[in-house]
Amino acid sequence: MNIIRTSENTVLILFEQVINSANFLLINQQTQSIKRQMTEYIIDIIPSYASIHITFNIVQISGLDFTQKLNEVLQNPHISNEPNTNQTVIEIPAYYGEEVALDLPHVAEKVQLSDSDVVRIHSETIYDVYAIGFAPGFAYLGNVDKRIAVSRKETPRQKVARGSIAIADQQTAIYPSESPGGWQVIGRTPIHLIDYSSKTLTQFTTGNKVKFVAISKSEFIKMGGTFE
Amino acid sequence: MMLQVKKSGFLSLVQDYGRYGHQSIGVTNGGPLDEHAFLWANRLLDNHYNDAQIEISYGLFSVQFFDDAMIAICGADLSASINDIAIKPWQSYKIKAGDIVSFVSPVAGLRCYLAVKGGFTVEKQLSSCSTVVREKLGGIHQNGSKLSKGDCISYQPSQDEIIKYVPPQYRGKYDKEITLRFIPNTSPTSAGKDVLRAFTGNSYEVTSNMDRMGYRLSGNALDTPQKGIISQGVSLGAIQVPKDGQPIILMKDRQTMGGYPLIGCVSYLDLSKLAQSNPGTKLSFTPVDVDEAEAELKIHQTFFGIDLKNSVENSSSP
Repeated sequence: MNIIRTSENTVLILFEQVINSANFLLINQQTQSIKRQMTEYIIDIIPSYASIHITFNIVQISGLDFTQKLNEVLQNPHISNEPNTNQTVIEIPAYYGEEVALDLPHVAEKVQLSDSDVVRIHSETIYDVYAIGFAPGFAYLGNVDKRIAVSRKETPRQKVARGSIAIADQQTAIYPSESPGGWQVIGRTPIHLIDYSSKTLTQFTTGNKVKFVAISKSEFIKMGGTFE
Repeated sequence: MMLQVKKSGFLSLVQDYGRYGHQSIGVTNGGPLDEHAFLWANRLLDNHYNDAQIEISYGLFSVQFFDDAMIAICGADLSASINDIAIKPWQSYKIKAGDIVSFVSPVAGLRCYLAVKGGFTVEKQLSSCSTVVREKLGGIHQNGSKLSKGDCISYQPSQDEIIKYVPPQYRGKYDKEITLRFIPNTSPTSAGKDVLRAFTGNSYEVTSNMDRMGYRLSGNALDTPQKGIISQGVSLGAIQVPKDGQPIILMKDRQTMGGYPLIGCVSYLDLSKLAQSNPGTKLSFTPVDVDEAEAELKIHQTFFGIDLKNSVENSSSP
């Protein structure tokens, strides 16, 4: 662990630069511990795969003191004994039909499996929410089974529909709103991932576990799914 | 009490000081690109630092006031006028019902702030009314839309008569060649010492590829030792080196995470200068000690009464 003062009011805590569950569990525990012990100084906190980015309030604490205190907290993390509600598995209904799974045939061909095998492997894995960023509510989920890991498209799409479920290498994600994007789209969820008017805002927080549950076309429509 | 937009201009946005405490769900800060000008406009009117204003980029913008008001304009000289009588930035002005305030085209700088005594009354979303077009957040319609013709914005009437101006030494100067101070970064996810040395020795130009998310520069391409890094949270002012070796400086509407190696961070207060730079502006960079830059920023925040903790505590974030 290494604390870097990136700017006047931000620090970046760098962990081992690898993407795996063990590293992420450590980062998730440290994030909770930092929030518990230092919340009065923190403006914004962004945990990610292998780092935690923090904006602190320089009106309250100097960068030197903040870094020193942060270092103590990192050395002696308060790990909660309560069951981690973060770790509940959130089930996301996913429709993998051809109307919405624009890149499924391409992915299947690339990895030499059938469409249904790709869907089965994608929906039987339990994923970790490694990070949220790129756009509000955009959750980076990992790890995608190596057997279906396909890199992103050469040319990004101008428009990826809201709810699109996509993969890029060993990551998978859901587009919370329509946006440009280069990931391989293999399905779509009818549920809304971000709602600015709701109290909870997003379905996910970093550290959650997520599983996709395949649904039929009629279920997709019944749940409000569209084909635009 | 309200005003109505008569001409929308290229990009005119409602901005308060920004949206804080929501980066963990991917929501960016937004807020005024030239914070220096924005804060002075509120200061001239004895407003709270967070009071909402209109950020006018490039011009072709005009509004009609339906009630008396006291306004201030700070930042770029966009050949502004009140009822066709020319006015200069960095000053407050008395407005009578029916007056039309116009901004035509840039003479110096790019972005001008129009503030009204008491601030514009705009509903907040996630504790801020700052407009972020990409996120469909903020603004008077609460959907991230920029101001358009016919939009009405309300404000409190004011009988204030006292005209104030910003002392000349505190007004922004918008030169064709500027030096930006930056806090160097040589951590494992940086672009490394060789790139840092090359960067400091080079000079760059602002390209036309610049917006509220980031400013792309052009100059001698930097030779990045690694292609990408594992995506991490990014700071305001971060200098990224993408694959083509041409640096990008991240501004207020940046994405919260980035996967390009870093050179460092432009000092917070110097970002206001960059925000006013035209394409073609020549930039050079000089390192600054982080503690020294922090001390200056603290003076700035104390002077303008900024305490971001309030913004976070008032927010509904879990």
